[in-house]
Amino acid sequence: MAHIRLPEGIPGILGPMAFSPETAKPLNTLAEVLLRGPNSLPPADREMIATYVSSQNDCYFCQHAHGAVAAYRLGGDEKLVNDVKLNFESAAISDKMKALLAIASKVQKDGKQVTASDVDRARQHGATDKEIHDTVLIAAAFCMYNRYVDGLATWAPSDANMYRENGRRLAELGYVESTAQSPVVEKELV
Amino acid sequence: MAHIQLPEGLPGIRGPMVFSPETTKPLCDLVQVLLTGPHSLTPAEREMIATYVSSQNECNYCQNCHGSTAAQHLGGKDADYELIARMKQNYEATAISSKMKALLAIAGKVQKGGKHVTGDDVVRARQEGATDKEIHDTVLIAAAFCMFNRYVDGLATWQPREPEIYREIGKQTSQLGYVGRDYKKPLRAIADKQLKVEV
Repeated sequence: MAHIRLPEGIPGILGPMAFSPETAKPLNTLAEVLLRGPNSLPPADREMIATYVSSQNDCYFCQHAHGAVAAYRLGGDEKLVNDVKLNFESAAISDKMKALLAIASKVQKDGKQVTASDVDRARQHGATDKEIHDTVLIAAAFCMYNRYVDGLATWAPSDANMYRENGRRLAELGYVESTAQSPVVEKELV
Repeated sequence: MAHIQLPEGLPGIRGPMVFSPETTKPLCDLVQVLLTGPHSLTPAEREMIATYVSSQNECNYCQNCHGSTAAQHLGGKDADYELIARMKQNYEATAISSKMKALLAIAGKVQKGGKHVTGDDVVRARQEGATDKEIHDTVLIAAAFCMFNRYVDGLATWQPREPEIYREIGKQTSQLGYVGRDYKKPLRAIADKQLKVEV
Protein backbone atom coordinates (compact mmCIF):
# COMPACT_ATOMS: atom_id res chain seq x y z
CA MET A 1 0.00 0.00 0.00
CA ALA A 2 1.27 3.46 -0.86
CA HIS A 3 2.40 5.71 1.99
CA ILE A 4 -0.16 8.37 1.05
CA ARG A 5 -3.62 8.21 -0.44
CA LEU A 6 -3.17 7.97 -4.19
CA PRO A 7 -5.77 7.60 -6.95
CA GLU A 8 -6.62 3.92 -7.35
CA GLY A 9 -5.48 1.69 -10.16
CA ILE A 10 -2.74 3.99 -11.42
CA PRO A 11 0.72 2.41 -11.62
CA GLY A 12 4.12 3.67 -10.53
CA ILE A 13 4.87 7.35 -10.92
CA LEU A 14 1.48 8.16 -12.44
CA GLY A 15 -0.27 7.97 -9.06
CA PRO A 16 1.94 10.62 -7.42
CA MET A 17 1.75 12.69 -10.59
CA ALA A 18 -2.05 12.65 -10.44
CA PHE A 19 -1.81 13.56 -6.74
CA SER A 20 0.51 16.49 -7.43
CA PRO A 21 0.05 17.96 -10.92
CA GLU A 22 2.12 21.09 -10.17
CA THR A 23 5.25 19.01 -9.66
CA ALA A 24 4.28 16.51 -12.40
CA LYS A 25 4.55 19.23 -15.02
CA PRO A 26 8.27 20.01 -14.63
CA LEU A 27 9.03 16.32 -13.96
CA ASN A 28 7.46 15.39 -17.29
CA THR A 29 9.08 18.29 -19.14
CA LEU A 30 12.47 17.27 -17.77
CA ALA A 31 12.00 13.67 -18.94
CA GLU A 32 10.80 14.89 -22.34
CA VAL A 33 13.83 17.12 -22.88
CA LEU A 34 16.33 14.61 -21.51
CA LEU A 35 15.06 11.50 -23.24
CA ARG A 36 13.39 12.77 -26.43
CA GLY A 37 14.78 16.22 -27.18
CA PRO A 38 17.13 16.81 -30.14
CA ASN A 39 20.39 15.10 -29.27
CA SER A 40 23.36 13.35 -30.84
CA LEU A 41 22.53 10.43 -28.54
CA PRO A 42 19.54 8.57 -29.99
CA PRO A 43 16.50 8.26 -27.70
CA ALA A 44 17.13 4.50 -27.42
CA ASP A 45 20.57 5.16 -25.90
CA ARG A 46 19.20 7.72 -23.48
CA GLU A 47 16.37 5.38 -22.40
CA MET A 48 19.02 2.69 -21.92
CA ILE A 49 20.91 4.95 -19.49
CA ALA A 50 17.67 5.63 -17.59
CA THR A 51 16.86 1.90 -17.52
CA TYR A 52 20.32 0.91 -16.37
CA VAL A 53 20.36 3.42 -13.50
CA SER A 54 16.86 2.39 -12.47
CA SER A 55 17.94 -1.25 -12.34
CA GLN A 56 20.98 -0.31 -10.25
CA ASN A 57 18.56 1.49 -7.90
CA ASP A 58 16.42 -1.67 -7.94
CA CYS A 59 13.33 0.31 -8.95
CA TYR A 60 10.98 -2.20 -10.56
CA PHE A 61 8.53 0.19 -12.14
CA CYS A 62 11.08 2.57 -13.63
CA GLN A 63 13.43 -0.06 -15.03
CA HIS A 64 10.52 -1.86 -16.70
CA ALA A 65 8.79 1.28 -17.91
CA HIS A 66 11.94 2.71 -19.50
CA GLY A 67 13.31 -0.68 -20.48
CA ALA A 68 10.15 -1.11 -22.53
CA VAL A 69 10.66 2.24 -24.26
CA ALA A 70 14.27 1.32 -25.05
CA ALA A 71 13.23 -2.11 -26.34
CA TYR A 72 10.46 -0.61 -28.50
CA ARG A 73 12.91 1.84 -30.04
CA LEU A 74 15.30 -1.06 -30.70
CA GLY A 75 12.65 -2.95 -32.64
CA GLY A 76 11.58 -5.08 -29.69
CA ASP A 77 15.07 -6.16 -28.55
CA GLU A 78 14.23 -6.91 -24.93
CA LYS A 79 17.21 -9.26 -24.70
CA LEU A 80 19.65 -6.42 -25.36
CA VAL A 81 18.02 -4.30 -22.66
CA ASN A 82 18.36 -7.19 -20.20
CA ASP A 83 21.97 -7.78 -21.24
CA VAL A 84 22.77 -4.14 -20.53
CA LYS A 85 21.15 -4.30 -17.11
CA LEU A 86 23.07 -7.44 -16.19
CA ASN A 87 26.48 -6.53 -17.60
CA PHE A 88 26.75 -3.62 -19.99
CA GLU A 89 30.49 -4.14 -20.55
CA SER A 90 29.76 -7.36 -22.40
CA ALA A 91 26.52 -6.28 -24.10
CA ALA A 92 26.26 -5.70 -27.86
CA ILE A 93 26.38 -1.91 -27.63
CA SER A 94 28.91 0.65 -28.82
CA ASP A 95 32.13 1.39 -26.91
CA LYS A 96 30.88 4.93 -26.44
CA MET A 97 27.68 3.66 -24.79
CA LYS A 98 29.72 1.39 -22.51
CA ALA A 99 31.82 4.38 -21.46
CA LEU A 100 28.71 6.51 -20.86
CA LEU A 101 27.03 3.74 -18.86
CA ALA A 102 30.20 3.48 -16.75
CA ILE A 103 29.80 7.19 -15.97
CA ALA A 104 26.09 6.70 -15.22
CA SER A 105 26.98 3.83 -12.90
CA LYS A 106 29.26 6.10 -10.91
CA VAL A 107 26.67 8.88 -10.73
CA GLN A 108 24.13 6.40 -9.42
CA LYS A 109 26.38 5.70 -6.43
CA ASP A 110 27.60 9.25 -5.82
CA GLY A 111 28.53 12.06 -8.21
CA LYS A 112 31.97 12.33 -6.67
CA GLN A 113 32.81 8.84 -7.90
CA VAL A 114 32.99 10.00 -11.49
CA THR A 115 36.70 10.27 -12.27
CA ALA A 116 38.63 12.11 -14.94
CA SER A 117 39.59 8.75 -16.36
CA ASP A 118 35.91 7.73 -16.69
CA VAL A 119 35.42 10.92 -18.70
CA ASP A 120 38.61 10.35 -20.76
CA ARG A 121 37.37 6.90 -21.69
CA ALA A 122 34.10 8.40 -22.94
CA ARG A 123 35.95 11.10 -24.90
CA GLN A 124 38.27 8.52 -26.47
CA HIS A 125 35.15 6.89 -27.88
CA GLY A 126 33.86 10.15 -29.24
CA ALA A 127 31.59 11.43 -26.47
CA THR A 128 30.99 15.18 -26.59
CA ASP A 129 30.61 17.56 -23.64
CA LYS A 130 26.84 17.58 -24.19
CA GLU A 131 26.67 13.78 -24.24
CA ILE A 132 28.64 13.59 -21.00
CA HIS A 133 26.50 16.34 -19.43
CA ASP A 134 23.30 14.58 -20.47
CA THR A 135 24.52 11.19 -19.27
CA VAL A 136 25.26 12.65 -15.83
CA LEU A 137 21.92 14.45 -15.68
CA ILE A 138 19.88 11.46 -16.91
CA ALA A 139 21.56 9.27 -14.29
CA ALA A 140 21.00 11.91 -11.60
CA ALA A 141 17.39 12.46 -12.63
CA PHE A 142 16.61 8.76 -12.43
CA CYS A 143 18.08 8.67 -8.94
CA MET A 144 15.28 11.17 -8.25
CA TYR A 145 12.46 9.40 -10.13
CA ASN A 146 13.36 6.01 -8.61
CA ARG A 147 13.29 7.46 -5.08
CA TYR A 148 9.99 9.23 -5.76
CA VAL A 149 8.33 6.04 -7.00
CA ASP A 150 9.71 3.79 -4.27
CA GLY A 151 9.71 6.39 -1.48
CA LEU A 152 5.92 6.60 -1.66
CA ALA A 153 5.61 2.80 -1.99
CA THR A 154 3.64 3.09 -5.24
CA TRP A 155 2.08 0.09 -6.97
CA ALA A 156 4.33 -1.63 -9.55
CA PRO A 157 2.38 -4.02 -11.77
CA SER A 158 4.21 -7.10 -12.99
CA ASP A 159 2.35 -7.47 -16.29
CA ALA A 160 4.99 -7.44 -19.04
CA ASN A 161 2.40 -6.64 -21.70
CA MET A 162 1.32 -3.55 -19.82
CA TYR A 163 4.90 -2.27 -19.87
CA ARG A 164 5.25 -3.12 -23.59
CA GLU A 165 2.12 -1.17 -24.44
CA ASN A 166 3.19 1.69 -22.19
CA GLY A 167 6.64 1.65 -23.80
CA ARG A 168 5.09 2.08 -27.21
CA ARG A 169 2.89 4.96 -25.98
CA LEU A 170 5.79 6.76 -24.34
CA ALA A 171 8.02 6.31 -27.38
CA GLU A 172 5.33 7.65 -29.70
CA LEU A 173 3.69 10.34 -27.57
CA GLY A 174 6.43 11.31 -25.14
CA TYR A 175 6.22 12.24 -21.48
CA VAL A 176 4.12 15.37 -21.68
CA GLU A 177 1.49 14.20 -24.18
CA SER A 178 1.06 10.71 -22.78
CA THR A 179 0.37 12.04 -19.28
CA ALA A 180 -2.15 14.49 -20.65
CA GLN A 181 -3.98 11.50 -22.07
CA SER A 182 -3.15 9.14 -19.19
CA PRO A 183 -5.37 6.05 -19.20
CA VAL A 184 -6.41 4.50 -15.90
CA VAL A 185 -5.00 1.01 -15.81
CA GLU A 186 -7.06 -1.80 -14.40
CA LYS A 187 -5.59 -2.77 -11.06
CA GLU A 188 -3.94 -6.15 -11.41
CA LEU A 189 -6.09 -8.89 -9.93
CA VAL A 190 -4.24 -11.01 -7.41
CA MET B 1 38.51 20.93 -12.84
CA ALA B 2 35.02 20.26 -14.17
CA HIS B 3 34.57 17.21 -16.38
CA ILE B 4 33.23 19.31 -19.25
CA GLN B 5 33.94 22.82 -20.46
CA LEU B 6 31.70 25.09 -18.38
CA PRO B 7 31.40 28.92 -18.41
CA GLU B 8 34.08 30.51 -16.21
CA GLY B 9 33.49 31.90 -12.77
CA LEU B 10 30.14 30.28 -12.07
CA PRO B 11 29.97 28.17 -8.93
CA GLY B 12 28.25 24.83 -8.47
CA ILE B 13 25.10 24.18 -10.48
CA ARG B 14 25.23 27.58 -12.21
CA GLY B 15 27.84 26.45 -14.74
CA PRO B 16 25.84 23.40 -15.91
CA MET B 17 22.65 25.47 -15.89
CA VAL B 18 24.11 28.00 -18.29
CA PHE B 19 25.63 25.15 -20.37
CA SER B 20 22.24 23.46 -20.82
CA PRO B 21 19.34 25.94 -20.80
CA GLU B 22 16.76 23.41 -22.08
CA THR B 23 17.14 21.22 -19.01
CA THR B 24 17.62 24.20 -16.68
CA LYS B 25 14.09 25.44 -17.25
CA PRO B 26 12.24 22.35 -15.90
CA LEU B 27 14.84 21.96 -13.13
CA CYS B 28 14.19 25.53 -11.94
CA ASP B 29 10.43 25.14 -12.35
CA LEU B 30 10.57 21.99 -10.21
CA VAL B 31 12.52 23.56 -7.38
CA GLN B 32 10.42 26.71 -7.53
CA VAL B 33 7.23 24.69 -7.00
CA LEU B 34 8.82 22.50 -4.34
CA LEU B 35 10.59 25.09 -2.22
CA THR B 36 8.78 28.41 -2.67
CA GLY B 37 5.22 29.64 -2.64
CA PRO B 38 2.28 29.08 -0.29
CA HIS B 39 2.46 25.78 1.55
CA SER B 40 1.69 24.31 4.97
CA LEU B 41 5.47 23.78 5.30
CA THR B 42 7.32 27.12 5.39
CA PRO B 43 10.02 27.87 2.81
CA ALA B 44 12.57 27.57 5.64
CA GLU B 45 11.29 24.07 6.48
CA ARG B 46 11.37 22.95 2.85
CA GLU B 47 14.86 24.38 2.34
CA MET B 48 15.88 22.54 5.51
CA ILE B 49 14.86 19.22 3.97
CA ALA B 50 16.89 20.05 0.84
CA THR B 51 19.85 21.06 3.01
CA TYR B 52 19.71 17.96 5.16
CA VAL B 53 19.62 15.59 2.19
CA SER B 54 22.45 17.50 0.50
CA SER B 55 24.55 17.18 3.64
CA GLN B 56 23.85 13.45 3.81
CA ASN B 57 24.99 13.26 0.18
CA GLU B 58 28.05 15.31 1.19
CA CYS B 59 27.46 17.86 -1.54
CA ASN B 60 29.29 20.97 -0.39
CA TYR B 61 27.73 23.45 -2.79
CA CYS B 62 24.14 22.34 -2.41
CA GLN B 63 24.14 22.05 1.37
CA ASN B 64 25.69 25.48 1.72
CA CYS B 65 23.41 27.22 -0.79
CA HIS B 66 20.23 25.75 0.61
CA GLY B 67 21.42 25.95 4.19
CA SER B 68 22.03 29.64 3.67
CA THR B 69 18.65 30.08 1.98
CA ALA B 70 16.97 28.31 4.91
CA ALA B 71 18.84 30.52 7.39
CA GLN B 72 17.85 33.65 5.46
CA HIS B 73 14.20 32.60 5.55
CA LEU B 74 14.55 32.21 9.33
CA GLY B 75 15.94 35.74 9.66
CA GLY B 76 19.49 35.60 8.34
CA LYS B 77 21.16 36.01 11.73
CA ASP B 78 24.18 34.04 12.96
CA ALA B 79 21.87 32.09 15.30
CA ASP B 80 19.82 31.00 12.26
CA TYR B 81 22.94 29.74 10.50
CA GLU B 82 23.92 27.91 13.69
CA LEU B 83 20.51 26.23 13.85
CA ILE B 84 20.96 24.94 10.32
CA ALA B 85 24.45 23.65 11.13
CA ARG B 86 23.06 21.83 14.20
CA MET B 87 20.16 20.43 12.18
CA LYS B 88 22.59 18.89 9.68
CA GLN B 89 24.61 17.29 12.47
CA ASN B 90 21.74 16.01 14.60
CA TYR B 91 18.23 17.12 13.73
CA GLU B 92 16.69 15.00 16.51
CA ALA B 93 18.42 17.22 19.10
CA THR B 94 17.77 20.55 17.34
CA ALA B 95 15.13 23.15 18.22
CA ILE B 96 12.75 22.35 15.36
CA SER B 97 9.22 20.98 15.52
CA SER B 98 8.53 17.29 16.13
CA LYS B 99 6.81 17.22 12.77
CA MET B 100 9.98 18.48 11.06
CA LYS B 101 12.03 15.82 12.83
CA ALA B 102 9.67 13.15 11.56
CA LEU B 103 9.80 14.55 8.01
CA LEU B 104 13.60 14.78 8.11
CA ALA B 105 13.67 11.13 9.18
CA ILE B 106 11.66 10.29 6.04
CA ALA B 107 13.96 12.47 3.92
CA GLY B 108 16.98 10.66 5.37
CA LYS B 109 15.50 7.33 4.35
CA VAL B 110 14.74 8.56 0.81
CA GLN B 111 18.35 9.72 0.53
CA LYS B 112 19.51 6.12 1.08
CA GLY B 113 16.85 4.70 -1.24
CA GLY B 114 13.09 4.99 -1.60
CA LYS B 115 12.44 1.50 -0.27
CA HIS B 116 14.04 2.47 3.05
CA VAL B 117 10.96 4.52 3.95
CA THR B 118 8.83 2.35 6.25
CA GLY B 119 5.21 2.44 7.35
CA ASP B 120 6.48 3.37 10.82
CA ASP B 121 8.34 6.40 9.47
CA VAL B 122 5.10 7.61 7.90
CA VAL B 123 3.02 6.84 10.99
CA ARG B 124 5.43 8.91 13.08
CA ALA B 125 5.01 11.85 10.72
CA ARG B 126 1.22 11.53 10.75
CA GLN B 127 1.20 11.41 14.57
CA GLU B 128 2.98 14.76 14.50
CA GLY B 129 0.33 16.16 12.16
CA ALA B 130 1.93 15.68 8.74
CA THR B 131 -0.53 15.65 5.84
CA ASP B 132 -0.37 13.54 2.67
CA LYS B 133 0.88 16.58 0.77
CA GLU B 134 3.62 17.27 3.31
CA ILE B 135 4.76 13.64 3.15
CA HIS B 136 4.59 13.64 -0.67
CA ASP B 137 6.59 16.85 -0.88
CA THR B 138 9.16 15.67 1.66
CA VAL B 139 9.78 12.54 -0.42
CA LEU B 140 9.99 14.53 -3.65
CA ILE B 141 12.26 17.24 -2.23
CA ALA B 142 14.58 14.54 -0.89
CA ALA B 143 14.49 12.68 -4.20
CA ALA B 144 15.08 15.85 -6.20
CA PHE B 145 18.10 16.77 -4.13
CA CYS B 146 19.53 13.30 -4.70
CA MET B 147 19.40 14.39 -8.35
CA PHE B 148 20.80 17.92 -7.89
CA ASN B 149 23.65 16.72 -5.68
CA ARG B 150 24.68 14.09 -8.25
CA TYR B 151 24.46 16.66 -11.06
CA VAL B 152 26.70 19.15 -9.24
CA ASP B 153 29.22 16.54 -8.05
CA GLY B 154 29.01 14.30 -11.13
CA LEU B 155 30.35 17.08 -13.36
CA ALA B 156 32.99 18.04 -10.75
CA THR B 157 31.79 21.63 -10.72
CA TRP B 158 33.73 24.35 -8.90
CA GLN B 159 32.45 24.45 -5.32
CA PRO B 160 33.94 27.40 -3.41
CA ARG B 161 34.38 27.25 0.35
CA GLU B 162 34.04 30.93 1.29
CA PRO B 163 30.98 31.46 3.54
CA GLU B 164 30.33 34.96 2.18
CA ILE B 165 29.61 33.47 -1.25
CA TYR B 166 26.88 31.30 0.27
CA ARG B 167 25.50 34.21 2.33
CA GLU B 168 25.03 36.12 -0.89
CA ILE B 169 23.46 33.15 -2.68
CA GLY B 170 21.11 32.56 0.28
CA LYS B 171 20.01 36.21 0.29
CA GLN B 172 19.41 36.21 -3.46
CA THR B 173 17.51 32.94 -3.47
CA SER B 174 15.36 33.67 -0.42
CA GLN B 175 14.32 36.98 -2.00
CA LEU B 176 14.10 36.05 -5.70
CA GLY B 177 13.30 32.34 -5.85
CA TYR B 178 14.60 30.08 -8.61
CA VAL B 179 12.92 31.15 -11.84
CA GLY B 180 13.45 34.25 -13.96
CA ARG B 181 17.02 34.47 -12.68
CA ASP B 182 20.16 35.36 -14.57
CA TYR B 183 22.53 32.65 -13.38
CA LYS B 184 25.29 34.03 -15.62
CA LYS B 185 25.48 37.18 -13.50
CA PRO B 186 28.67 37.07 -11.40
CA LEU B 187 28.30 36.98 -7.64
CA ARG B 188 29.70 40.07 -5.92
CA ALA B 189 31.44 37.93 -3.30
CA ILE B 190 33.38 36.24 -6.07
CA ALA B 191 34.10 39.36 -8.15
CA ASP B 192 35.19 41.43 -5.13
CA LYS B 193 37.66 38.86 -3.94
CA GLN B 194 38.87 38.22 -7.49
CA LEU B 195 39.06 34.61 -6.45
CA LYS B 196 41.18 32.35 -8.49
CA VAL B 197 38.63 30.25 -10.28
CA GLU B 198 39.06 26.71 -11.49
CA VAL B 199 36.78 25.67 -14.32
